[in-house]
Amino acid sequence: MKKFFSIGIIRGLIFQILGSFAGAGIFYGIRVLMGLQWKTEPTIVVGGLVGAIFFLVGQGSLRDWWHVAIGKEMPEAHEVKPYPGLRRYFEFTLDHKVVGVQYGVLSMVLLSVGGSLALIFRLELANSGLQILDFIQFNTLVGLHGMVLIISILTGIAALGNYLVPLLIGAEDMAFPRLNAFSFWIAIPASVILLSAMFFGGFETGWTGYPPNSVRGPMGVQMFFLGVYIAGWSSILGALNLVATIIRMRNKGMNLFRMPILVWSVFSTSFMAMTATQLIGLSFQLVMFERLLGMSFFTPSNGGNPILFQHLFWFYSHPAVYIFVLPGLGVISELLPVFVRKPLFGYKWVAMSSMGIAAVGFLVWGHHMFAAGIEDYLRVPFMYSSLLVAVPTGVKFFSWAATIWQGKVRFAVPLLFTLGAILVFLLGGLTGPPLGTVSTDLHLHDTYFIVGHFHDTMFGGFIFPIFAAIYYWYPKITGRKLNETLGKIHFYLMTPSFLLMTFGQMRIGLLGMRRRIADYDPSLNFDFTQLLITIAGYLIAISVLIFFINLIISAKKGELATGNIWKSRSPEWAILPSPAPAHNYEGFEFKLVGDPYDYGLKGSKYVELTTSSNSKSEAVL
Amino acid sequence: MTSLGLSQRQYQKKTATNRLGLWLFFISDSFMFGGLIISRFYLLGDQKLDLNQFLGLMVTAILLTSSFFMNRAEVMVSQGNRKGFIRSLIITILLGITFLVGVIGVEWADAPFGPADGAQGAVFYMLTGMHAFHVLTGILFLLVTLRNGLKNKFSSEKHYMVEAAANYWHFVDVVWIIVYPVLYLMGTF
Repeated sequence: MKKFFSIGIIRGLIFQILGSFAGAGIFYGIRVLMGLQWKTEPTIVVGGLVGAIFFLVGQGSLRDWWHVAIGKEMPEAHEVKPYPGLRRYFEFTLDHKVVGVQYGVLSMVLLSVGGSLALIFRLELANSGLQILDFIQFNTLVGLHGMVLIISILTGIAALGNYLVPLLIGAEDMAFPRLNAFSFWIAIPASVILLSAMFFGGFETGWTGYPPNSVRGPMGVQMFFLGVYIAGWSSILGALNLVATIIRMRNKGMNLFRMPILVWSVFSTSFMAMTATQLIGLSFQLVMFERLLGMSFFTPSNGGNPILFQHLFWFYSHPAVYIFVLPGLGVISELLPVFVRKPLFGYKWVAMSSMGIAAVGFLVWGHHMFAAGIEDYLRVPFMYSSLLVAVPTGVKFFSWAATIWQGKVRFAVPLLFTLGAILVFLLGGLTGPPLGTVSTDLHLHDTYFIVGHFHDTMFGGFIFPIFAAIYYWYPKITGRKLNETLGKIHFYLMTPSFLLMTFGQMRIGLLGMRRRIADYDPSLNFDFTQLLITIAGYLIAISVLIFFINLIISAKKGELATGNIWKSRSPEWAILPSPAPAHNYEGFEFKLVGDPYDYGLKGSKYVELTTSSNSKSEAVL
Repeated sequence: MTSLGLSQRQYQKKTATNRLGLWLFFISDSFMFGGLIISRFYLLGDQKLDLNQFLGLMVTAILLTSSFFMNRAEVMVSQGNRKGFIRSLIITILLGITFLVGVIGVEWADAPFGPADGAQGAVFYMLTGMHAFHVLTGILFLLVTLRNGLKNKFSSEKHYMVEAAANYWHFVDVVWIIVYPVLYLMGTF
């Protein structure tokens, strides 16, 4: 029992609970000393913030930096010995592969939480009339479904970046291993605070948190804002670390246009996440302050302007969409050549298209506000810049089509999910322009059409690719393959169910079903389609459950896979055994001798290793 | 610092990476200040705030002077002049504290509006408060540096902590150089 309480994450969570009460108590004490009345909301918010800091203290994330501050010696990151066995996954561990897996597990946990929330409110929507939820519960579930899954996606792409980028660029670890572990551990108290919004009265704003609703509504919105704010710091610091890693830690010869293509996507994504995330943090912080201190940023009766919130919020939240999907699109570009045995078509253009999407992504936020009452002269420029995003995205689609063309295709499970991703993301892409065009958007704004559209982009840009990535890299983590049959059941159950769900959403959206509404008029005849959407949603949940079962069973009983099972040229498969050793390529001389995707070119290699201790050169690939 | 065991070459490589990380953080942080400054123009347009001009000029002068002494401290530590380094660092910290007292202690009490008084109050208290929070963390950072300096942890080659503290201090200073005209000088009554 004593050993159980010494585990980092358990200690952290206990500290967080104690810290929340201590913070609230001290804040109340100070107010009493100042002769002020009890006020619930500030007390709870201060408690939540102090709880998050206590989590980090209890978990041990701040220990090393505290030692530096008081002038003690801090060991170099690669000299720190991690805990043996599974224990390392529950502690402050510096190894980027451990942090990557930690992120991945957190992402999957949040995925199942966020998905389950949707299952509850889908039951409510299956029939017209109110059956199981009241309005505020429904709104809370819808809002949390959105935000929990957004944080699941952010941790999912952080998992990809952390686990893969150092392996792909031939580095021993990330540029800042301590900051890396810190950015993971700060996401846990953030998730706890975010979910606690349910127990503080919920909130009625949906995931966007627009004022004036968020300024007036129940207190749960404060926990929602605080949780997202802290998770935002996790994202900012993680992204900063990835940018620094890609710039500084590339091994010899790994110049920018010879990196595996996924690294380019992670680079562009990280640059956006590092900068734009500040603005969602700021916009949420301003609403928190407006509620706590009466500072009127967004209340027109006192000089504020609610449109300002939307500008600040969408300046992050539109690029955020590209932050979510770019790593997924990178996974597609990375896996296709391996499974069709052909070079990636137009490597440089694909690399630059990621940067292009990142650059244009900063200029399009206004298309979320066509119906909000922004200045008329802003509408058309934002329409054109939004449609411009289709150009770099189209480059990617042409590259994928040309890569598949006349390839020797192997239909392994990762490729199935990759193809699924291309199809679904294409649907998401095609339903985008009607929403970016002012005239049609005024009709479609705030309907289920938009719900269908962004579920397409999120599934095509993140969910399908992340499943492909897990099926593909799981052996690198565990040394065992995921079960192929279960994988195929997962794919063939999820894809048609998803298409049914999203087409259903778009259909009722075009006919006028509005978002974030718990009930609808039976005379609109949406009941049958809504029921189909609900059934499809449950089928997706079952398929993901099969995937989780597969993950757990295969970790112990899966087919052993230690070598280069996919016949990939990229260094983590071609050189390293599975599971990948600590410090990756340490002790070897890393040498680039070819291009990353020359599949089918006889006798060519991408990377060669020579042992640096003796000069005897030894080609491994 | 952490890396007394590293060779000069390893230390330089690591320091270059740390430097990049710090600058990336500055880029990220400037987006937040950018958002606040845009909020000021969005809500107030060219409306001028009714503030104490003399006080604003004084605190600006104090913060700029502190940056001068911070630079002096950094130069002195790289020349191995420990005594001068400590002295300049202490002057910087004292000037920083004076700035905080000037803004939070005097200007906040002096301003004709409170934080809940319309967009003016919201913008003014948020911008100065956010900047003061950065000055406060900068002072804490400098105090840590001072403590390590008194314990003789820095050499003329290895003193990245001083450099980082100095760069952060200059960054906070540059932010104020932009915030000052935005709040005090621009606009008409």
